[in-house]
Amino acid sequence: MKNRALILYGLLALGYAFLYLPIVLLVTYSFNASRLVTVWGGFSTRWYGELVADQKVLDAAWLSLKVAVTSATAATLLGTLAAVMLVRFGRFRGRTLFTGLITAPLVMPEVITGLAMLLLFVAMEQSIGWPAGRSMLTIILAHVTFCLSFVTVVVQSRLAQMDLSLEEAAMDLGARPLKVFLVITLPIIAPALAAGWLLAFTLSIDDVVISAFVTGPGATTLPIVVFSKVRLGVSPEINALATVVVAVVSIGIAVAGRLAHRRERERQDSQRLAAEQG
Amino acid sequence: MNQPLGNRLSGLLRRWGRFLVGLPPYAWLVLFFLVPFLIVFKISLSEMQAAIPPYKPLLAWAEDGVLQLRLNLGNYRYLLTDDLYAVAYLNSLKIAAISTVGCLLIGYPMAYTIARAPKGNRNALLMLVVLPFWTSFLIRVYAWMGILKSEGLLNAFLLWTGVINEPLQILETDLAVYIGIVYSYLPFMVLPLYATLEKMDLSLLEAAADLGCRPFRAFLAVTLPLSLPGVIAGSMLVFIPAVGEFVIPDLLGGPDTLMIGKVLWAEFFDNRDWPVASAVAVAMLVVLVAPIMVFQRYQSKAVDS
Repeated sequence: MKNRALILYGLLALGYAFLYLPIVLLVTYSFNASRLVTVWGGFSTRWYGELVADQKVLDAAWLSLKVAVTSATAATLLGTLAAVMLVRFGRFRGRTLFTGLITAPLVMPEVITGLAMLLLFVAMEQSIGWPAGRSMLTIILAHVTFCLSFVTVVVQSRLAQMDLSLEEAAMDLGARPLKVFLVITLPIIAPALAAGWLLAFTLSIDDVVISAFVTGPGATTLPIVVFSKVRLGVSPEINALATVVVAVVSIGIAVAGRLAHRRERERQDSQRLAAEQG
Repeated sequence: MNQPLGNRLSGLLRRWGRFLVGLPPYAWLVLFFLVPFLIVFKISLSEMQAAIPPYKPLLAWAEDGVLQLRLNLGNYRYLLTDDLYAVAYLNSLKIAAISTVGCLLIGYPMAYTIARAPKGNRNALLMLVVLPFWTSFLIRVYAWMGILKSEGLLNAFLLWTGVINEPLQILETDLAVYIGIVYSYLPFMVLPLYATLEKMDLSLLEAAADLGCRPFRAFLAVTLPLSLPGVIAGSMLVFIPAVGEFVIPDLLGGPDTLMIGKVLWAEFFDNRDWPVASAVAVAMLVVLVAPIMVFQRYQSKAVDS
């Protein structure tokens, strides 16, 4: 029995090592003065200097940030509506098609989605003149489309778990459906909305294939720049960029973890208080 | 007299409310996800031309003022005659299938161990699996370039330990593509597996043990069949996108690593042959429709329960 647990935890540890070793190596080598991966040329922040001086990278990062914030926000709005529809509306006409349209983007190969979206934009421009050319706008439209599904799945599972009696109580007290949604439902599913938004943001800021299809001159996102650099081989500047990304993500997760922890404690405190008073 | 009218009015209002909630996401997905596929299919039947856009319209006014519909199956015939496409298809399916098995072999023990860990630790352990996913996918694939290349870290390590005498060629081979796909898609395998394993009723295992079943046999007879929905959902989440994967074979694979995603990319960006690229996409979808429908069934079941 003890041996079995030991083997299982050993396998788990190996799995974690597999997942994290490449990232640790990237971070380490971003401080390597030498251009070669296998040679340690001493500690240096030289590549960070080159990164900050690279105007192309900075412009692309700013564009990616704008695209990701806009796409994530729009995808969260639409995805929440879609989740409400799937969980609360029961059967409606076209439900099968709708669930298909929500789940297919989760697994659809990106080259197909990218090509399809581009051909749509070209056809639309020809027939109605909008969107004119390929730009940041077409990237955002494409990103909203594939992020929407992920947000829907996240919000949907939270909505399905929710205790309906709270909504029913509000309804019994005479609140209208819209008010019930805004005052009762929304605060309860808010963590799922935040998680969905973050997921959409991450997917958008990370996407290279779909963006490459639907982008046009002047709209180069960060992953497109990184991809064209990386295709030419290993470059230390990208190591530095990777480290910045890892640092931002770690800080974000630490903050989110703390907030969730505090919320949970407050909830437990108020529950205990309520129990003592009752 | 007044009551039924009020009821009817509120029923109407409710239906309108529902319509207003449902319309934006429904219309968005039909316009930006369903219609594009119809356009892909349409253009796959068109012919290439040196113009903007680089394909001929299907419907055109012929010279004598008759509306003409030109359907061209040449792109599909071309896919069948040139061996390159068939080889790329089969190779994509093979690479995706083997990578899926790889994810399963690594992911199952991980998901199992996390699901059987003390309750307070499970979320943290699961979080550790998901965490790398939040950093850039592109950068994680790139990390493997530095590890796998012939003057890279893995070779340096193996040379240093004396396991090998000269560097192995791993980067630019199919093996590197397998490693890249398993690495990138592992979290997608672990999450659904964990979800089914965690929900499992452990008293079933106790019952099996009471009846004299050895732990390993109980695993085969009870745990494994019960976790099958997770196995299928996870496998589909890995297999389907892996078939069309482009970035991983492009960065880690060699020039002879043929995958259909790479072929589509080359037809579109290098040859600028939009009709053939569309035909490749349609052919890929035909292969993937069945797995996508299987995934859909398990996905909707998982959400409903």
